[in-house]
Amino acid sequence: MKKLLGAALAATMLTSLAQAAEVKIGFVTTLTTGAAVIGKDQEKAVNLAIEHMGGKMGDLDINLIFADDGFKPETGKQVTDKLVKQDNVDIVAGYIWSHVLLASRKSVLDAGKFLITANAGPGPVAGKLCHENFFSSSWQNDETPMAMGEVLNQKGVKSIYIIAPNYAAGKGMVAGVKRTFKGEIMGTDMTTWPTQLDFSAELAKAKASGAEGLFVFYPGKAGGAFMKQYQQAGLKDSLPLYTTFTVDALSLPKFQAADFTDVLGSQFTQQWDPTIDNAQNKRFVADFRAKHGSYPSFYAAQAYDSIFLIKSAVEAVGGDLTNMDGMRAAMKSASYPSVRGEYTYGNNHMPIQAYYLREVVKDSDGNWTTKIVQTVYDAHQDIYAKDCALK
Amino acid sequence: MDYTLLFVQVLNGLQLGLLLFLVASGLTLVFGILDFVNLAHGSIYMIGAFICASLTFVLGNFLWAVLVALPLTGLVGYAVELLVARRLYDKDHLDHVLGTFGLLLVLDTLAHMIWGPAGITVPLPAWLDGQIELFEGANIPVFRLLIIGTGLAVAAGLFWLVNYTRLGMLIRAGASNRTMVSALGIDIQTLFALVFALGAMLAGLAGMLISPITGATIGMGGQIIITAFVVIIIGGIGSMKGAFIAAVLIGLIDTLGRSFLDSLFELVMSENAAETAAPAVSAMMIYILMAIILAVKPQGLFPPKVR
Amino acid sequence: MKNMTKTSWATLICMVVLAVFPPYFLLHGQAFYMDLATRLVILGIAAVSLNLILGYGGMVSFGHAAFIGLGAYAVGIPSHHATWGGFDLIASYNGLFQLALAIVIAAVFALITGAISLRTKGVYFIMITMAFSQMAFFLFQSLDVYNGDDGLTIDVRSEFPFINLDSPMQLYGLSYGSLVAAMLLVKTIVNSRFGMVLQGAKDNNERMVTLGYNTYFYRLTAYVISGTMCGYAGFLLGNFTTFISPDMMHWTRSGELMFMVILGGASTALGPILGSSVFILMEEILSSFTIFWHLPFGLMLIGLVLFVRGGLMGLLKGKGK
Repeated sequence: MKKLLGAALAATMLTSLAQAAEVKIGFVTTLTTGAAVIGKDQEKAVNLAIEHMGGKMGDLDINLIFADDGFKPETGKQVTDKLVKQDNVDIVAGYIWSHVLLASRKSVLDAGKFLITANAGPGPVAGKLCHENFFSSSWQNDETPMAMGEVLNQKGVKSIYIIAPNYAAGKGMVAGVKRTFKGEIMGTDMTTWPTQLDFSAELAKAKASGAEGLFVFYPGKAGGAFMKQYQQAGLKDSLPLYTTFTVDALSLPKFQAADFTDVLGSQFTQQWDPTIDNAQNKRFVADFRAKHGSYPSFYAAQAYDSIFLIKSAVEAVGGDLTNMDGMRAAMKSASYPSVRGEYTYGNNHMPIQAYYLREVVKDSDGNWTTKIVQTVYDAHQDIYAKDCALK
Repeated sequence: MDYTLLFVQVLNGLQLGLLLFLVASGLTLVFGILDFVNLAHGSIYMIGAFICASLTFVLGNFLWAVLVALPLTGLVGYAVELLVARRLYDKDHLDHVLGTFGLLLVLDTLAHMIWGPAGITVPLPAWLDGQIELFEGANIPVFRLLIIGTGLAVAAGLFWLVNYTRLGMLIRAGASNRTMVSALGIDIQTLFALVFALGAMLAGLAGMLISPITGATIGMGGQIIITAFVVIIIGGIGSMKGAFIAAVLIGLIDTLGRSFLDSLFELVMSENAAETAAPAVSAMMIYILMAIILAVKPQGLFPPKVR
Repeated sequence: MKNMTKTSWATLICMVVLAVFPPYFLLHGQAFYMDLATRLVILGIAAVSLNLILGYGGMVSFGHAAFIGLGAYAVGIPSHHATWGGFDLIASYNGLFQLALAIVIAAVFALITGAISLRTKGVYFIMITMAFSQMAFFLFQSLDVYNGDDGLTIDVRSEFPFINLDSPMQLYGLSYGSLVAAMLLVKTIVNSRFGMVLQGAKDNNERMVTLGYNTYFYRLTAYVISGTMCGYAGFLLGNFTTFISPDMMHWTRSGELMFMVILGGASTALGPILGSSVFILMEEILSSFTIFWHLPFGLMLIGLVLFVRGGLMGLLKGKGK
């Protein structure tokens, strides 16, 4: 206990010494469990962003603290509390998982600090729980599957079967695709998350349903498992697969190593792609690849953006972090160079942005990556914005 | 009723059940004979999967990898017995739980450090990667049939081992009376180590067989261990027959629950309500089953004769 | 004071440290350590309650987290409805009402599951209690009204006449006082005739039955008392974290509670507190050094089991070998 006390006192002294010369950012992501592969990718992107900034936002040094949510809402809230109360960060960013964000948001916002989500976008935070100090550098959960629903309509798919995990984001995805898809839903299976990785029963049901297409959402390792079983079940011709957030730059190298060619040509919707043509994205993708030997994932892209979004706010107020109104206005204008290209913010501080259809292809060196096939939405706003009291 | 779908789901359930049996059989052996509660059994399952996955890329073929990985996993089991488990036998169950939980954390973290968090996708040879049409509309992945075949073969082998060999006699004797076995002048230490390594190989085999389906991933052990415990508790601790029946029962109940519960529920409630209630109830079913069985038969379906 | 044993001294020191340091930290702007201590004390209550049946009664419950969850939801659900409307019958911020709800629900759940579980013994008991808690876990996971898996945020804490739980100091005071009360309660029970029968049944059930005691009834009563206390801990935890999710009831949480008790030393008064303190502090300290903190943590657990008898209290009493 004495040591703890000493450490605490030392920490207090250090903070008071270092104050004002730096901007302190907490970044909550997943660094343990199988989902750590996503957190690691975000960590790489955040570090690259800081490197690209030369370690500074305006005149302030960047002090970035990573925290591990252990893939659990409760742990996520605990580390968030620690960042806010102990490390006294100025801004908290990150959050891969919707339920972790929902558990943690109050700790940050009640302390009067900014919260930037770099991935999770559950409906409530865009609607009735929206907050003036909350911003997203990603999307609202329902939007990407809504774009996929449009794609299905355009392709003339008459009926689909849906399989998704039974948690916040899974439900959002299902709601999203149901909202825009005009055909018939032949059935919906919600599986136990995150433990269930064997989908034999669900695939057999999907096949027996006679649907023309299969829509799934399985982020992280479950995505790899699902794709593999889909291929083993031999459904590619009879039940084409449409996914969101299931195939990503993290799973593609694994698929390539296992020579799992069925994945080539599969399509999914997203707000970003490594081939998007702007200076910021080119630099991000090129440097990320040079440094880590792999393409960045969309998780990485959003994390990279979140740091640049913060930078634009810090610089707009000349490093005066007490000027929260100024920082808020700067972020709201979304005037930073985003890797996805230009976008704007809605009243609820969720991006109004383009969504694309991506396809898995081989690049010129034979690496498996993606390219954009078409633009589904030019500037799409989530449907929860109307429930948000902010102007 | 769609009988083709029912048939396919029964096969899926059987496959899940046999996989569970592989894990549970080792657990029930160790529990029955050594009276040792091993929470780290699931970690061996995971390590088996990772060793096999790595070897698949080195050797270029999944089946060769399994053959080499099996004895290696047995060695890991032997090492665990030698270093930790052996020293815990004479302590009580609570100490077993605490110690093997520590072991579970250590093994899982080591796997994370060695193989990274991403997990490994395991490729299958082309002839195993396809499907067979058993009859009109019933396409079954070949690999799942292989799991069923392997599971049944191992079950038969274990049945023979337990009932018709000297080792089996000792195992049966040990499950009901440990002192008697040592009184027979058997080197109990070697017998124990052997049983432990055998259990590890069985769990490892299960991990290897599932890895081409779900991939080898961190934390896969922690998920299966509780289900495996449910299996051996329902079956009766130490009973191979009980473990087999309980494993297949649970495999079928779980799979059929996931398949048909929502349609069943739709008969009495709205489609939306059924869609939400069904996954929860099907996840609950194995626990409900266990509670009912224990309420009626407090020592499981096939209780050990002497305890 | 001269005839105080080493253990009583340790208890006294431990309780004084818990009484003095956390408020000191809070007053010196280190709110986080206060949080840590509050969590530790609340889980300490749960561990003390588990120790009553696990340590003294020989009933190893692997499902105690269910009671924590039930207690927490007894705060969350009425508060949720009071904030967002619906279910007027229970919609309320009233702390006394929520507390009563937590206690009644935990007691009823304990009575029903205990009545069935106590038909079994040993490992079967461990597993059947786990099964019941998993059922509660999946039940709450499926309740979409309360956000299922995503959990419930408590916007308004329980309102009491004289205490303001929004004040970290008062919440800690209540938790600390409750911990002391829980320890005294368990001590009283253990030293009573009831407690003697309970411990007698643990050592030799047949003998107690021959002596004419209905041990099943004694065990069930102890189980209900323990479950209710644990539900109370859940009530506090819900008010502390202001976030409740089914995850609180998961079997791994029950496992953690068990480890706290065994780690500290089962069937000792101080063991559960020591266990929960070391567990939470180690978790906090180790995880701040490395993401691979499970490795040293696991090694520590193994080492403790291998080299020390009776957990940390065993170490204190010098029972190492």
